[in-house]
Amino acid sequence: MHGPDIRWYVILAALLFSTGALGVMLRRSPLVILLSVEIMLNSANLLLIAFSRLHGREDGQIFAISVMAVAASEVVVGLGLIVAMGRRGVELDVDKLRTLRG
Amino acid sequence: MADFLVWVVWFGAAFACLSSALAVVSFRNPFYSALALIGNLASLAVLFLLLSGEFVAAGQVLVYGGAVMVMFLFVIAYLGDRSDDSPWSGGPTWQIVGAVLAGGAILAEVVVVVGLEAGGFLGHARRVDRGFGSPEAIGRLFLTDHLLAFEVTSIVLLVAAVGGVVLGSHARTFETPGEHDARA
Repeated sequence: MHGPDIRWYVILAALLFSTGALGVMLRRSPLVILLSVEIMLNSANLLLIAFSRLHGREDGQIFAISVMAVAASEVVVGLGLIVAMGRRGVELDVDKLRTLRG
Repeated sequence: MADFLVWVVWFGAAFACLSSALAVVSFRNPFYSALALIGNLASLAVLFLLLSGEFVAAGQVLVYGGAVMVMFLFVIAYLGDRSDDSPWSGGPTWQIVGAVLAGGAILAEVVVVVGLEAGGFLGHARRVDRGFGSPEAIGRLFLTDHLLAFEVTSIVLLVAAVGGVVLGSHARTFETPGEHDARA
């Protein structure tokens, strides 16, 4: 394998994952939270593919493709919920959606 | 020489990746955040290519950069301009401090694990032949060893499509005319 070895990829994936986690925790707009979840899923994908290259087997790439499909489904349902909220005139702010809070 | 070029491409892609991820988190307007995420996905596809995952890189650009992000941009455009505050504006609150601490904890955990070499498992990469990660190899694996994963993925996509249709069509029936007038 030319270039950086696996540790560089692991550290990059860790940085990306914590950036996405920061976005989920800090932002109030559900749209940006969904975008940050995409960053977290993609950092997991990067790790899967890096380790599949390390071990010389493609199973990690199969898993990464499945993660992509799950991410697409999650976006469909999440955006459907956000559009439903937008149509009903609910303010798009996760701090103000507290009906389910005990 | 080839090694040096790979390092240059790697650093370029990694820098683009991290800076666009930070841009997604910090832009006020969700539209700009979505555009920054497209850059993030594209630079990740470059990293996938360096790891000889050609098919996954192509799928990343087509599925994510194409389909998913177009859906995001349509929804953001449909909902109109609803920018909220930047998370960095207006001084540190307990929420921001807690979130940064939690994010730093995740980062520190991974770096410590990598520093301890993960029990010696992070050794040298194996040699792979030219067909590694090609559509042919991935397709063969999907239809032999991972047939169940393939079928489950298709069911997940079908369920998500049905869910999207249900969520999209029910929102209209909630609105009675009186309710609409009262809000307007």
